[in-house]
Amino acid sequence: MNGAQDLGGAMGFGPVRPEKDEPVFHASWEERALALTLAAGALGEWSIDEGRYARESLHPALYLNASYYEIWLRALERLLREKALLDQKELDSGQMTSPPAPTRLPRLTPEGARRLMAMGTPYRRQPSAPARFAVGSRVRAKVINPRGHTRLPRYARGKEGVVERVHGAHVFPDASARGESQPVWLYTVAFSARELWGEGADPALTVSIEAFEPYLVPCEPKS
Amino acid sequence: MASCACPTEHGRTAIDGYDPAARVKALEQVLVEKGYVERAALDVIVETYAHEVGPMNGAKVVARAWIDADFRMRLLEDGTAAAAELGFGGRGGEHLVIVENTPKLHNLIVCTLCSCYPWPLLGLPPVWYKSPPYRSRAVIEPRAVLRDFGVNLPEATAIRVWDSTAETRYLVLPLRPEGSEDLSEDRLASLVTREAMIGTGLALAPAGAAA
Repeated sequence: MNGAQDLGGAMGFGPVRPEKDEPVFHASWEERALALTLAAGALGEWSIDEGRYARESLHPALYLNASYYEIWLRALERLLREKALLDQKELDSGQMTSPPAPTRLPRLTPEGARRLMAMGTPYRRQPSAPARFAVGSRVRAKVINPRGHTRLPRYARGKEGVVERVHGAHVFPDASARGESQPVWLYTVAFSARELWGEGADPALTVSIEAFEPYLVPCEPKS
Repeated sequence: MASCACPTEHGRTAIDGYDPAARVKALEQVLVEKGYVERAALDVIVETYAHEVGPMNGAKVVARAWIDADFRMRLLEDGTAAAAELGFGGRGGEHLVIVENTPKLHNLIVCTLCSCYPWPLLGLPPVWYKSPPYRSRAVIEPRAVLRDFGVNLPEATAIRVWDSTAETRYLVLPLRPEGSEDLSEDRLASLVTREAMIGTGLALAPAGAAA
């Protein structure tokens, strides 16, 4: 979706302000927001892409004003409500008012948490078809404006680039955010800054995105 | 206030009165009460990212690559497998890709759409990495972003920006600083900053070396 999360090339946000000796967390509630997001996610009720979609669905004014953990927390509340694990009254009061719902996966134990962090959850899958593109293929990113989740940033849509790496077949976020499973090939596609930003672009700049095969069409070399 | 210049985001007030500290307290309480989460598991997660996983992991990978040419080759070929040789991997780094700086090419990592970052090697991302100024500007004016970090690259140095728009997670292998030829692996690792591995910085010069 064309939400506030799609920030590449936006202007007016001012300088980057690195913080000297930045702590891992700035407040204890941030620690709990992170841990609750991971532990609730481990119940298996939503995919990482549904989680991202919940965050980018926040009103742009809220998204841009919130700290990152606040964005996570607001999205977590929304997911728990949408999946009927908690209702609004429970979220507001912190008190249980309805019986627990069954979940796909059991509650995360301390051991399970260690395993989850150490092992992760790989996203590579068996391909169901051969790759359409190879290293060196000229491709164009489609112009799409889906209402749902996508990982094709606006600044790359319609632009022509070159396939630089082929990463195998991966979970397709656009489908995964709808709860569907559809592995597709994943590529690194490199674009010249001139192609992305036009006149006045840095001639020594190349920008790449990770592009899923459904985002791409073949591009014949110009004659 | 949204206009607060404080980089830590302290002092913000949500426009709808949302109080994250109070909300998270209520949320944890009801999630525990309903049996969806266990407090001890939450503590393990916090403990891990507060103390065990951080940029010191990535620095070890970089130092090894600087002293071991075979490891460096394996690292650039398959970052996930090579990092696993040193015991690093897992959540947020299931598919690691390491890209190498050269005297002519400087790499920079960003996630314009969210906050994708190689957790097993760098830990949790700093606030600036997740914030609109970095995410918006890294892909259109990376040289200006680098100047915000005090890094001035020659105009002839090519810049390559990697936008992490999938579960592939990137790490920069920075240039080994001059004057570091005789240093031990541990000393080398101490020169490798988090910023150097994101590409917003360079590896530190060893103490005593000419600037």
